[in-house]
Amino acid sequence: MEWLNAVVQGIMLGGLFALFATGLSLAFGVMRFVNLAHGDLAILGAFVAVSVTSALGLNPFVSLVVVVPVMLAAGYALQLGAFNFTISADPLPSILVTFGLGIVIQNVLLETYSADSRGLDVGSIEIESIRITDAIAVGWIPLITLVVAVAVLGTLQLMLSRTSLGRAFRAVSDDPATARLMGINDRNLYAVAMGIAFATVAVAGVFLGIRQSFGPLDGPAQLLYAFEAVVIGGLGSVWGTLVGGLLLGVAHTVGGQFEVAYGYGSGPLLGHLVFLAVLATKPTGLLGRRTE
Amino acid sequence: MTLLEVRGLDAGYGDFQALFGVDVGVAEGETLAMIGANGAGKTTFLRVLAGQVPVRAGSIMFDGADIAHVKAHRRVGLGIALVPEGRMLFGSLTVRENLMIGAHAGRPGRWRLDTVLEVFPLIRPLLDRPSGVLSGGEQQAVAIGRALMSNPRLVLLDEVSLGLAPVVVKSLYEALPALSEGGATVLLVEQDIGQALEVASRVVCLLEGRVSLEGRPADLARPDITAAYFGLPAGTGSQGPA
Repeated sequence: MEWLNAVVQGIMLGGLFALFATGLSLAFGVMRFVNLAHGDLAILGAFVAVSVTSALGLNPFVSLVVVVPVMLAAGYALQLGAFNFTISADPLPSILVTFGLGIVIQNVLLETYSADSRGLDVGSIEIESIRITDAIAVGWIPLITLVVAVAVLGTLQLMLSRTSLGRAFRAVSDDPATARLMGINDRNLYAVAMGIAFATVAVAGVFLGIRQSFGPLDGPAQLLYAFEAVVIGGLGSVWGTLVGGLLLGVAHTVGGQFEVAYGYGSGPLLGHLVFLAVLATKPTGLLGRRTE
Repeated sequence: MTLLEVRGLDAGYGDFQALFGVDVGVAEGETLAMIGANGAGKTTFLRVLAGQVPVRAGSIMFDGADIAHVKAHRRVGLGIALVPEGRMLFGSLTVRENLMIGAHAGRPGRWRLDTVLEVFPLIRPLLDRPSGVLSGGEQQAVAIGRALMSNPRLVLLDEVSLGLAPVVVKSLYEALPALSEGGATVLLVEQDIGQALEVASRVVCLLEGRVSLEGRPADLARPDITAAYFGLPAGTGSQGPA
């Protein structure tokens, strides 16, 4: 029963991983852009929520109505003002620029908020849960996180497959030069995609901050999990990102249960092993499209 | 009325210059064929007009305004549509989506999904297929349809016949009058001289990036065309290339 519980909790944790991975997957899918500052942006989002909640006295959930638009605008502006100049056939400039951005974010957060760990307090719901059986209970916060992750990814999938904006995203992803012939301003579209990526990673950061304490230097670890979720699920596939996140979450909790039951192993270790196994046997990811 | 007036156009890629002082005018409603050997600069010329290759010198007057430095994605809105060499359909999009994205610029006009399908009825049963599974001729029809969806005033057709069976080429060219009747001016690049002379009201021949001959098909003698095409002294074209 402990093992079943581990799987259930892993699915909940996977919701958070999927939420982290969404923006990374979108930016890579639309413009082959690798954002190494992605984890730091999540932490930035959480700290913005700290400021918003303390300044306006809002519940962290409610603070999202401020945090998300702020991060969306930041993503849009940063893409237009900086990231667009790094986009070329060579992926190195974008990697270097976002690596640098990550360091800048970490240090600005250290200066502004000090190195103390913070948390986002949502009240008693944090410790409330739904009891399913005697041995299994699902916390409200992890459940809400999972539901939000599925909703965000589902909305993204609908947007990509059904709207003219999504059609333009897919066209630009296929062939930006020909997309321009259709009157599509690819640079502006990249900025929209990065705005959406920032918005989703801010949501992920706030949910992380509700779930656990966080500090200014916690970004890179989150980036790693987000990357693994994207690669496990398949680059450029929205549902793949969800599947990758859930699988990684289950690997983490089952790995943790190993540690409890047998005294060795760990959650992140099993997560990395699953990641390696997928990379070795199916490099395009479980639901990945063929890569040209 | 002159729709397009290109004067003294220089263009190229990196250290390579492909066009040298090209002067070409296109009157509204005409069908101009640009012919020339491989590497003569025909495709570059069309890509310059569409904004895919930058102008180094010269002017491009379109409907009275110089568009030489207008960005590619804004030219569709002005009424210039390129059907690129190699079709370049969007592989992740269905045929229907490929057509609909042609209307992205939102220019009003007679061309909508249903009017395009009237010209290319062969596309209709394929609408919900991914564009990658189509035959070359079907892809070319979709590519032309996609360009029409933007309701262009000037359609640039690059090597419609490339890699297609003659019977398929013939059926595609049969759609040209519909384009003209719809009010579009057509500028087409073609390696097949016979095909070009048949459909065009005027012909321009490029040779190594320069205009080597220009005129109406009826006024041009075949030896002169051959000479202009291969760069032989005028009047010696009848002997053909060595």
